[in-house]
Amino acid sequence: MTDETEQSKEGADFRIRRATAEHLQDVIDLDARITGQPKPEFWQDIYDRYATRRVDQRFFLVAEKEGRPGILGLIAGEVRGWEFGSQPCGWVFAVSVDPEVRQRGIGEALFKEMCNEFRRAGMTTVRTMVRRQNPLHMSFFRSEGMMAGPYTQLEMNLDEG
Amino acid sequence: MQKSSRLAIYALIELASNPERQISAAEIGAKYRVSAHHLAKVLLTLGREGWVQSIRGVGGGYSFTGNAKRLTLFDIISVFEDTNTSCKLDDPSEATDEEWVLFDVSNEINDIAMSTYSSISIATLLKQVERRKKVAMRDAAAQDA
Repeated sequence: MTDETEQSKEGADFRIRRATAEHLQDVIDLDARITGQPKPEFWQDIYDRYATRRVDQRFFLVAEKEGRPGILGLIAGEVRGWEFGSQPCGWVFAVSVDPEVRQRGIGEALFKEMCNEFRRAGMTTVRTMVRRQNPLHMSFFRSEGMMAGPYTQLEMNLDEG
Repeated sequence: MQKSSRLAIYALIELASNPERQISAAEIGAKYRVSAHHLAKVLLTLGREGWVQSIRGVGGGYSFTGNAKRLTLFDIISVFEDTNTSCKLDDPSEATDEEWVLFDVSNEINDIAMSTYSSISIATLLKQVERRKKVAMRDAAAQDA
């Protein structure tokens, strides 16, 4: 997918395309509506880094519908590699769908397009990290076929260490 | 995971893969190499939960009545067994640091297992079965070529 190319999912009434500057406010608004926490600086930074630089390995996609204000959903990811010896792979670090239009295949279409981008970048594996207690994200990625991988997330409380 | 939980999941996968069809306990039992008697007991429990219904008589059997997208492995397993498998502290007020440390590790493992079971629905398992079949067919075709 190029910056200018739009893609329509067959039989669907929405399209997926790379995020542009005109989508930024829509992204901020959607995230604020879902999380209840507006993060304009965070999304500006994500946009700057993932939609404008190294765009052959960084992907920030949105789903939108003709004539409908705002975006239906978004997904962001990049090619990452060599962390603790990991071969380069695709990493998804954000996915959101407007609660009003969920269960219509938008999240799945965004994820599939992201996987296609990773394939085009030469990747054979896609990874993500989600909160175990978030059944929405856990169930979504599971239903797309993702399973536990060879890496485990660890953390510690710095005040106790 | 206990045997009853496994049988329940196999039966639900089988029934949910074709919700219009009535399937007998003997038919499911033959596929998974388990006794129809044991399976019938499991199916009775699944019926009480409203996930399957049985139709008596010729051509009768069991059919799926649940919501495959909503019904998770955790829902099913928790009907048949205690899902808190972490080690127990008999008396927390008396527990030593060593006991607490082992308790925390055990809780961590249990937490991962339960959140994994909670995130996998019958619909997801069905998709996984289809993917596995496709991969097997692709591998077989590659070997033939």
